[in-house]
Amino acid sequence: MDSIFSGLLQALYLLVNGDAEVYEVAILTIKVSGFATLLSVSIGIPVGLWLALKEFPGKRFFLSLINFGMGLPPVVVGLFVSLFLWRYGPLGMLGIMYTVWAMIIAQAVIASPIVAGLSFAALSGLNPKLRLQLLSLGATEWQANWLLIKEAKLGLLAAVMAGFGGVVSEVGASMMVGGNIKGQTRVLTTATVMEVGKGNYDIALALSFVLLIVVYGIVALLTYMQNSGKRDSV
Amino acid sequence: MNKKNSRNLLAVLLIGLMIVGLVGCGAKQDKAPQESAKPVVQDVILATTTSTQDSGLLDVLIPAFEKKTGYKVKTIAVGTGQALAMGEKGEADVLLVHAPDAEKKVVASGAAINRLMVMHNDFIIVGAVDDVAKTKGQTVAAAMEAIAKAQAPFLSRGDKSGTHQMEQKLWKQAGVVPSGSWYQEVGAGMGQTLNIANEKKGYTLTDRATFLAQKKNLALEILVEGDAKLLNIYHVMEVNPEKFAKVNNAGAKAFSAFLVSSEGQALISTFGKDKYGQALFFADAGKTEKDFGL
Repeated sequence: MDSIFSGLLQALYLLVNGDAEVYEVAILTIKVSGFATLLSVSIGIPVGLWLALKEFPGKRFFLSLINFGMGLPPVVVGLFVSLFLWRYGPLGMLGIMYTVWAMIIAQAVIASPIVAGLSFAALSGLNPKLRLQLLSLGATEWQANWLLIKEAKLGLLAAVMAGFGGVVSEVGASMMVGGNIKGQTRVLTTATVMEVGKGNYDIALALSFVLLIVVYGIVALLTYMQNSGKRDSV
Repeated sequence: MNKKNSRNLLAVLLIGLMIVGLVGCGAKQDKAPQESAKPVVQDVILATTTSTQDSGLLDVLIPAFEKKTGYKVKTIAVGTGQALAMGEKGEADVLLVHAPDAEKKVVASGAAINRLMVMHNDFIIVGAVDDVAKTKGQTVAAAMEAIAKAQAPFLSRGDKSGTHQMEQKLWKQAGVVPSGSWYQEVGAGMGQTLNIANEKKGYTLTDRATFLAQKKNLALEILVEGDAKLLNIYHVMEVNPEKFAKVNNAGAKAFSAFLVSSEGQALISTFGKDKYGQALFFADAGKTEKDFGL
């Protein structure tokens, strides 16, 4: 009990005093997971849209793969990304192992199926005739797609939140491909694991609280977007 | 209605752009110093053991080295087994490890060169204060036999780290094959293993540095120490550039030279004195294993 309380105090102390290292780690966490989420959104939403609109043989199989991907264990992704990015791996010439780019790639691989799967669910929930109606009213293909995305905003933002939540809280892959290097690839989750290893529970707790605050901040922002304008559209 | 909706969408887009901008700027800032720095290839990948990181030694050594040479060290703190494996695959540039027998094999295979002694400390057996197996003050072999006989919980690193390899050697020397529910392999770093031993009131073999650095959280005490068998020696090695053309050998050489330089050695021998009242590592540059009778 004591350590929880002192950890909370330490967290507040670190935050209020603007501990430079904690802020650096927190900002890097937002950048890496934010960028990975953006990547996964730019892959996942089009895939979800395509799946929702097109009928083709083997669609169910493809969907099952996406749903399987939603549960990809991060450490497995980390291991595979490592195998590719190592110096003597097939993509070794890029030289991005143990950099933020390796982490972004791994996290995007983890989040893309989540965003794609939930986007598909959100877009399939729309009335199938809506798109035909839009097209018959003279909308171009792209305009119709855009309007569908707007219509499914609630579900799509939920997909984005799930994707972000998945990668920001992930530690196995980040540790493996990033290496938890101070000032370069140390994010809140890997720093927390390290501080626990060092026995610095107070700092580990402080980092956990910072992580919770970061996640809440971003999710709150997305929730606000999700619900803004809802009153009008009813 | 439409106006408001499109305004919201605009806001979403703007925030998205801002995030991209932020990341973009961050990436540029990361790259700028790389171009202006002195060494041609700036990044040096150091594969090392958890004890050098968990004890805090690297937090002292790395910044001093980076400041002096302009290299940027990417520290990958794993068990010695994994660190050596990274060297064997050419995925690291320089290795700072503590498993002499395994190190010699890696050097013999040609994967690593210029193996130099850096420092030593010692392993200790720690356990709960009540010491159910009555190991206190005994020799290592007798203590380990007593633990096995009493079936007292023993927490093994179980990760092929230097400490784990030493532990296996000690069991062998004691003539005990550890197995059964009392012998628990945790597969974690030294710090985490100490935590687990603490919670389970078990025994474990640890390096002195990590134990002292963590002592404040632990109700464990030192039970066996001072046996000549418990010596814990750290060596630095460069990954062989003739075998792996992609390694940054200049950086590896610079790091290895720094560790055995008078500056590096002074940092090592004073580390921990202010905080723990005693040095956690003893500087050994220039010595060989013969000096320790090995």
